[in-house]
Amino acid sequence: MSTILTLPDQSTARLPKVSYLNKEYGLKSWLLTGDHKRIAMLYLISITFFFFIGGAMAALIRLELLTPVSDLLAADTYNKVFTAHGIIMVFFFLVPSVPATIGNFLIPIMVGAKDLAFPKINLLSWYLYVVAGIMMICVLTFGGVDTGWTFTTPLSTHYLNTHVVTAGLAVFVAGFSSIFTGLNFIVTIHRMRAPGMTWFRLPLFVWSHYAASILMVLGTPVLAITLVLVVLERTIGIGVFDPTKGGDPLLFQHLFWFYSHPAVYIMILPGMGVISEVISTFSRKRVFGYTAVAFSSVAIAVFGFFVWAHHMFVMGISNYSALVFSLLTMLVAVPSAIKIFNWAATLYKGSITFETPMLYAFGFLGLFTIGGLTGVFLGSLGMDIHLTETYFIVAHFHFVMVGGMLMAYLAGIHFWWPKITGRMYPEGVSRLAAVITFVGFVLTFFPQFILGYLGMPRRYAAYPPEFQVLNVFSSAGASVLGIGYLLPLLYLTWSLKYGKIAGPNPWQATGLEWQIQSPPLTENFAETPIVTHEAYDYEWLANKTKNEVQTVG
Amino acid sequence: MDNTLAAQTAETGHLEHDHPPFLRHHFENLTQQREAATFGMWLFLLTEIMFFGGMFCAYLIYRNWYYPAFVAGSHSLHIWAGTLNTTLLIISSFTMAMGVHAAETRQRKPLLRWMVITMILGFGFLCVKAYEWHDEWVEHHVPGLNFSPEQFITGTKAYPDDKLPLDMAEKTQVYFSLYFAMTGMHALHMIIGISLLAFLFVRARAGAYTNGHIAPIENFGLYWHFVDIVWIFLFPLLYLISRHQ
Repeated sequence: MSTILTLPDQSTARLPKVSYLNKEYGLKSWLLTGDHKRIAMLYLISITFFFFIGGAMAALIRLELLTPVSDLLAADTYNKVFTAHGIIMVFFFLVPSVPATIGNFLIPIMVGAKDLAFPKINLLSWYLYVVAGIMMICVLTFGGVDTGWTFTTPLSTHYLNTHVVTAGLAVFVAGFSSIFTGLNFIVTIHRMRAPGMTWFRLPLFVWSHYAASILMVLGTPVLAITLVLVVLERTIGIGVFDPTKGGDPLLFQHLFWFYSHPAVYIMILPGMGVISEVISTFSRKRVFGYTAVAFSSVAIAVFGFFVWAHHMFVMGISNYSALVFSLLTMLVAVPSAIKIFNWAATLYKGSITFETPMLYAFGFLGLFTIGGLTGVFLGSLGMDIHLTETYFIVAHFHFVMVGGMLMAYLAGIHFWWPKITGRMYPEGVSRLAAVITFVGFVLTFFPQFILGYLGMPRRYAAYPPEFQVLNVFSSAGASVLGIGYLLPLLYLTWSLKYGKIAGPNPWQATGLEWQIQSPPLTENFAETPIVTHEAYDYEWLANKTKNEVQTVG
Repeated sequence: MDNTLAAQTAETGHLEHDHPPFLRHHFENLTQQREAATFGMWLFLLTEIMFFGGMFCAYLIYRNWYYPAFVAGSHSLHIWAGTLNTTLLIISSFTMAMGVHAAETRQRKPLLRWMVITMILGFGFLCVKAYEWHDEWVEHHVPGLNFSPEQFITGTKAYPDDKLPLDMAEKTQVYFSLYFAMTGMHALHMIIGISLLAFLFVRARAGAYTNGHIAPIENFGLYWHFVDIVWIFLFPLLYLISRHQ
C-alpha cells in the first residue's frame, strides 16, 4: 500500500549551525580529512573534472564524424581522441562515479555508522585517484595514447609508439583506488551496522554497493596484473602475450575481460541502487520484491564473473566455449530483468510524483532496458558475428553506461543534493535538463544502432557517404546532450549559495540519512541510531512525523 | 542526551576519555575495531590472491602447452637456492608468529627481537633471490633482454637429456617470462613487507603494540604469512618440475 504524505514546508527550514561542511575551514582540513563525506566531495569535484574532459573528447569525435572524410582530425589523432574518451570515461568517471561520491557519502549513514571502517584508506583511495588522474593528464599533454581503452596486445606491446606504459600504469593506480573503496564498503557493511540494522533492513542502495564492491575487490587485481604484464612486455620484452616468443595474445583478452566485463557491473550496480531509492521515494511505496531485488544484485555480481568471453566470440575461441558463454550471457539478463520488473511493480498503484530524480529514473528504466536487451542480441552468437565491432556495440554500451548509469548518477546527485549541501536545486530548470538529456541521448545513440546494423565499423575517422545522414543526427544529438550535462553543472553550483534551504527530509523519504540534519554532522548521528523498522517503511515515517515534538530554534 | 550531543559536536570530537587512546572514534568499541581491521586484511589478501591468480592462470595454460620447455627451464634453476629460500621463509613465518604472540602477551623486548629476526630472514631471502637472478642473467635466460635458447638445444651437464628442438627451446622464454614476473612480484611483496616491518619496529620500540593494541602486528603477520604461502606455491611450480628425470 502506498502512504500519501505531503512534503514538509521548507519556508521554516534552517541550515544547522554545525555540519561537516563548516566544522573546520581551510584547504588542509579538506585535503587531510578522514570524513567520508568530505572525501566524497573531493571525489565529486575530481570526477566532474574528468567527466568534462572525457566529454570534450566525445565532442571532438562527434564533430569529426559530422562529415564522411577524415577532415577535422587525422586518423591517428582520432585514434588518440577516442582512446582518451574511453579510458577517462571508464576508469576516471564511470567506475568511481556513484560509489566514490554518493556511495562514499551515504553508505556509512545508511548503515548507521559514524564513518567508513578505514577513513585513512578512504583518503588514500582518493589520492591514488588523483595520482592516476595526473598521470592520465600527462599522457594527454605529451601526445596521447592510441590503443583504444582495451590496451589490446600485440598492438599495445609492439606496434604503437605512444604513451602506452604511462597510460597503463595510470589505470593500474586508478584500479587500486577502486579496490580500496570496495574493500572499505564491504568491511563497513559487514561490521559497522547500527543495532537493529539487519541485512534485510538495509536499503537496496547498500545491497547494490555490496555487490559492486565484491566485483571491485575480486576483479580489479586481475586487471592490475594484466597491465603489469603488458608494461613488462613493452619495456623489457617478456613473452607472456607475445606469439613470437610462445605467448598468446588471446590470453591477454581473457585476463582483460575477466575484469572489464565485471567492470560493466561495477559501473551499473551502484546506479541500480540509486534507482531503487528514487523510485520507492517518489512512488511512496516499499520497493516491490525487496528480497528479490537485493539478491538479484548479488546474482549479477556472481554471474558477471562468468560471461567475459562474449567479448571474444570472433577472436578465435572454441565454438563450445562460445556456446557456453552465450548461454551464461543470456542468464545474466535475468537478474537485471528482475530488477526492471520489480521497479515497474513498485510504480504500480504508487503515488507517483515527477521530481527531477524521478524523471532521470524514468529515463534510466527505458534506456537501460533497451541497452540491456540489445546486449542479449550481441550475446547470441549469430547476431554477434554480424554486429561486433560496429556502431551497434557502441550504441549498446552507451545505452547501458550513459543512458543507464549516467542517468542514475544524475538522479542520485539531484536526489541527495539537499542532503549533501543542505540546499535544494532549482526544480524547474533541472526538470528541463532531465528532459533535454533524455532527448539528446536518444537522438545521439539511437541512430548508431541503425548505423551499426547497416555495417558501419567503430573506431574509424572516415566512413562511406551513405552513412552521413544518421551521423549528422547523432552529432546533433550530442550537442543537445552536451547542453543537458552543462546545465546541472551551472545550476547546481548556483544552488550552493542561492538554493532554497532544504531541511532534514525534503522528500519525506525513509532512509536513515533523511532522519538527520542536512548537511549532516561530521559524526553523522548525534547518538547511535537503533533501527526498529524495515527499509522503505512509509507507515513508520508517517507515525514518526505525527508524534514528533517540534522544537523551535 | 544533552551531554552526548555536546560531547560529539565539540571541537575535539569528544570530551570524555574513558577509552584506550588507540580506539578510533568512529568505532563503537575495541572488538568492532579489531574485527573490522582483521576482516579488511583478509579481504585485502583475497585481492592479492586474484592479483597472483592472473599469473598462475597463465602458468597453468602455458605449462600444458609447452611442457618440455617448462621442464628444461625448471631444470636450469638452482634447486639448492630454492630450497634454502623456502626454509628461510618458513622460519620467518614462525618468527613472525612468535612476534604476534609476544605482542599478545604484551612483552616488548621479545616482540622487538622476533621482528628483527623476521626482517633478517626476509632480507636473506632477497639476497639469495638476487644471486639467482644474477646467475640467470649470466646464463642468458632473461627474455627480451639477453635471451639465448642455446643451452636448451644442447642440453646441460646436470641434465644432458634436455635437448629440445629449436621451436620448443624458444618456448622456454614463456617459462622465464613467467618466472621473472612471478618471482619479481613476490620479491616486490617481500620488499614492501620488510619496509612495513621496519616501520612497525620503530613504533613497537616506543611501546605501541604491547599495550593491548595488537591489530597492526596481527594483520601484518597475516600479510607476511600470505607472502610466504605464495612462495610455497611458486617453489614446486617453478623449481620442481619433473626433477626425477
